[in-house]
Amino acid sequence: MSYVVLRHRDIPGIDKLDVYEKNGGFAAWKKVVTGMKPEDVTKTVKDSGLRGRGGAGFPTGMKWSFMDNKNWPHYVVANADESEPGTFKDREIMEKNPFQFLEGLAIASYAVGANVSYVYLRGEFWPVAAILDEKIAEMEKAGYLGNKLFGTEYSLKIFTHLGAGAYICGEESAMLESLEGKRGQPRVRPPFPAAVGLFGKPTLINNVETFTNVPMILSNGADWYKGMGTADSAGVKVFSLSGRVRKPGNYELPFGTTFRQLIYEHGGGILEGRPVKAIMPAGASSSLIVVDDKTLDMQMDYATVRTLGADLGSASVIILDDTISIDWVINKTIHFFRHESCGKCTPCREGTYWMQTIADRMKHGQATSDDVDLLRNVALQMRGKCLCPLGDFSTMAVVTGIERFPQDFKLPVKA
Amino acid sequence: MTKQVTLTIDGKQTTVPEGTLVVDAAKTVGIDIPVFCYHPKMEPVGMCRMCLVEVGRPVIDRATNQVVMENGQPKIQFLPKLETACTNKVEDGMVVLTQSEKAKAGQKSTLEFLLTSHPLDCPVCDKGGECPLQNLTMAHGPGQSRFLYDEKMHLAKHVPLGELIWLDRERCIQCARCIRFQDEIAGESVLGFDERGRSTQIVSISDPGFDSVFSGNTTDICPVGALTTADFRFGARPWELQASASICTQCPVGCNTTLNTRREAKEDGEIVVKRVMPRQNEEVNEIWLCDKGRFAHHYTESKVRLTKPMVRKEDKLAKVSWKTALDLAGEKLGEAKAKSVVLASGRLSNEDLFNLKALADGLGAQAILYSDMGGGDLVAQVGMTQGSNLGALGKGDAIVVIASDLYEEAPIWWLRVKQAAERGATLIVANPRATKLDRFATFSVRYAYGDEIKTVQNLGRKSKIGDAFAKANNAVIFFGSEGLGLNGSTNLAAACAKLLEETGHIGKPNNGLIGVWQRVNDQGAWEIGFQPEADLATALKGKVVYVVGADPTGDDPALAKALNGAKFVIAQDILETATTEIADVVLPAQAYNEREGTYTSGERRVQRFYPAVPVTGEARPDFVITAQVAKQAGVIMEGISVSIAFDILAASVKSFEDLNYAKLAEVKEQWPQVGRSELYYGGTTYENKQGLGVQLISGAQRGETVSLPKVQKETALRPKEKELLAVPINKLYDRGLTVSPAELLDQRVGEATVALHPTAAENLGLKAGQRVKISFDGVSGEAVVKLDESISTGVALVPRSMGIAIREPALAKVK
Repeated sequence: MSYVVLRHRDIPGIDKLDVYEKNGGFAAWKKVVTGMKPEDVTKTVKDSGLRGRGGAGFPTGMKWSFMDNKNWPHYVVANADESEPGTFKDREIMEKNPFQFLEGLAIASYAVGANVSYVYLRGEFWPVAAILDEKIAEMEKAGYLGNKLFGTEYSLKIFTHLGAGAYICGEESAMLESLEGKRGQPRVRPPFPAAVGLFGKPTLINNVETFTNVPMILSNGADWYKGMGTADSAGVKVFSLSGRVRKPGNYELPFGTTFRQLIYEHGGGILEGRPVKAIMPAGASSSLIVVDDKTLDMQMDYATVRTLGADLGSASVIILDDTISIDWVINKTIHFFRHESCGKCTPCREGTYWMQTIADRMKHGQATSDDVDLLRNVALQMRGKCLCPLGDFSTMAVVTGIERFPQDFKLPVKA
Repeated sequence: MTKQVTLTIDGKQTTVPEGTLVVDAAKTVGIDIPVFCYHPKMEPVGMCRMCLVEVGRPVIDRATNQVVMENGQPKIQFLPKLETACTNKVEDGMVVLTQSEKAKAGQKSTLEFLLTSHPLDCPVCDKGGECPLQNLTMAHGPGQSRFLYDEKMHLAKHVPLGELIWLDRERCIQCARCIRFQDEIAGESVLGFDERGRSTQIVSISDPGFDSVFSGNTTDICPVGALTTADFRFGARPWELQASASICTQCPVGCNTTLNTRREAKEDGEIVVKRVMPRQNEEVNEIWLCDKGRFAHHYTESKVRLTKPMVRKEDKLAKVSWKTALDLAGEKLGEAKAKSVVLASGRLSNEDLFNLKALADGLGAQAILYSDMGGGDLVAQVGMTQGSNLGALGKGDAIVVIASDLYEEAPIWWLRVKQAAERGATLIVANPRATKLDRFATFSVRYAYGDEIKTVQNLGRKSKIGDAFAKANNAVIFFGSEGLGLNGSTNLAAACAKLLEETGHIGKPNNGLIGVWQRVNDQGAWEIGFQPEADLATALKGKVVYVVGADPTGDDPALAKALNGAKFVIAQDILETATTEIADVVLPAQAYNEREGTYTSGERRVQRFYPAVPVTGEARPDFVITAQVAKQAGVIMEGISVSIAFDILAASVKSFEDLNYAKLAEVKEQWPQVGRSELYYGGTTYENKQGLGVQLISGAQRGETVSLPKVQKETALRPKEKELLAVPINKLYDRGLTVSPAELLDQRVGEATVALHPTAAENLGLKAGQRVKISFDGVSGEAVVKLDESISTGVALVPRSMGIAIREPALAKVK
């Protein structure tokens, strides 16, 4: 098969402008700006069935059509904060196939009428930002960015912006706050960014991978894209595979590929040939899927994974085998979320801290079976009450871990 | 009119304006939804998650766009998650459940989470007894903690954010009310969060720490005992305190206050004021107070309070009986008749000033207002009138502030003007130097000291600014005394009054002239008929002078000399002053918090104050002393009942017509509701149950012919070589008698300064921080050099009441 997003694996040197151009690069961009109405661009994306790759899987074209057209200017922000533990796809895309990503961002900007767009990168991605800055400069020089593009009235500038290393800034409203120069803390939603976003203006936010799909969709048509994947989840997805597999890495596969295919055909199977015990399909914020033979044959798409009591999220698939105890897993995730909780809302700020005290007591053999119940209860008590999704995320592994792997939480009964 | 929306909360139907938040709508039907981070004066943030409720909306049939009915009732679809009542706006047909099992469980869980890291040190906490967290814990909290005590975080408990406000990091629940107050209301972002997650902490990001004159308010709205004032912390338990309504005496805004008092062992068993709290008056100070009003109250407890009448015997003051002192004072005034002078200040109440004026009239003597600022007679004609409220000014209205630094002179006016500008009012700030109000100004006008009149007249000409003012629906002018003496300010008032008259901005509510006076009741003195005297020294010479609530000897060497040349001096005050030291008779007066009375604010609102603490020594109220002195001099007036004295005042002074103490004590429902059992909503601000006061009707509105004086041409002083034009400016924390006894403010008062342009300083070979000698008109003093780039190179700014007697611009030498 030929790649859609990770095209650098097919075409060496696609990160060079001339190579990219030779392989059809910016044809879609030129076609869109010189010959398509913005609403037709959005319609094509809508028809393609493309869904957001950042985790929520929201239909991309529909998101583009939500922009408040009574309030201007509009902004587009590419979410390149990639901070979910186990997710490492956006980095590869931006490093190896930067022009396709930027072209997608440009097309989205045109579709929603934005003249200024941003790429918000996590602070640790400063070398990536340097690459993007270079590529943006090349695009400006070549006439793909700047004023009155291709002789039309449309102008576009793209800027990169580095965060300061906070997981929460991947949450879109916290990202906007950070981009505005404020503390990276989430805003109350509604209003959603499509109505009140960056600097109070309507703003479109999509993930890097989402944008990177767009040029090919515009070039090859919605039906071509829809032809891949499943009815529910069209197209291809970059799965970040990690954990106890022989060959961890990014794998671009159509939606509907089974876990078994990903792990054994692509990932080379489990280390030491051990059995898979659990899968976290969406990184640290994932629910834990109990794995048996049947599960391994389940398809990876948004709807099917939900039937397993989890979400596909950004498809950062972490594989756990029988050497891993789940109480160790949740101790790790709790520590991560306690460290990353921004502190704005009470349940998350206090709840993650509380969960950590209990989890650490368990780790140090100072806990009883009551503490397991308490930990689950505290996690459930946080759910649905936090200001942003981070709070809920922090409880996913905890609750499903305790409920689905009770054998790993056998502790003495309180004397 | 705003669209009205009808919704149901816990089965009670209510109709509120569109855009109302659910938490506020609930208030209208008496339902208290608990909150910590939400405050009705600030934008909602939904952080604390305390106000979780169930929210349902009618199901709409997409095909017909009609509400789906079920058993004759609209079908309600509840949202899957609990919603915060503070961020959700009302919608037609919305159904809110605040007491459902799910909602209560949500609220309880937030409370439990908060308590996991709260020290629960209520028994030693200043907030204990008036603490929202404590109250809600008592009402809804779990009986037992599921959180292990040993795992509690221990944090610093004594963190000074500045010298006035202390932070207890353990008690803080990170609601950000204090940060948001500073950002949104005070407009001074001096607080912020540091760190994140459970390590989140409040920090001051200014130097000096917590650099805002509104800092005390954050302790009122702090929903726990995290923020306390240096004045009150560890001072008393709230339930031990008595509360008395009062009016702040520090400036002409007339903020409504509550004085909390307690009997105090370390004060020899005396009842003393423990703290000053704001009392709600949405048309005056809302629910706020400035730090001067909150912390400078200690002067009434000064060790140099006068306690007994004194009479000069063999060059020494000797304590005598009231009779002896009154007889002597009355006799001297009675003899001198027209050759006596009554010199009184705006520190006195309306009743005091009325009796003093009656005495002067009876003797045929001059009644002089001790002030270097003129124009109050014009304010009486074209000032604010009944029904005015700075809080009502906004889009389409205009406000001019000229020759005044409102932030330093009347902070709550600064706040109210800033808010009006934020609501869309055109704000024109005219001052010779940069002030903090410039940031909110639509137009900032810089003029040279001495060009005040020209500046006002330019506002009357056709220009962008002039048109904005002329076409404003309502227009208000604040005029002050920055860079001006009595003549200059009188002339400025005339020019402002003329501009208001010419543009039709007089005689109706929300229009007119406001004097930024230096004392609380200067406007009252003007209304009653007092006037300042340009040549005070001559006016006092050889006379029997009855000086009340003023210290000319201490203020100005020239006046000290003049008073030395008086025939006989009767000094009446609450404190020992340089003037009482040289007086022949000294009469001890009661402080405002020991008695009843009324003040007239700069916005011409007459407001009552009430006794809070017992009388010091043998002191008597000023109006009583005056009546008793007058009786000896053969002039009869009310000297027992303050309300009768006010009735007589109302019958004699046109602008006070029909007013009485009962009317001044009337209250009406105010929004937001504060100070009730639900302290978590508005904070510990007191509800106003003692009177909102009544605004006087202006002469122009009464239909009287407005007679304005001719505006004089300016004759500015021109400095010669090696000279500078020294001009007086006003400073909030000064060395005035009513500030300096509050040691807490010493750091903010600082040293006497003289501000120069950097170039001027360089020319004189001076650097910032250097100590210099400044001399003019026979006055000289030491001051520390400050640099101000916004002023011209020819001037030197000298703050009033900082030890260098400057009453009007003067040519000065700085060495």
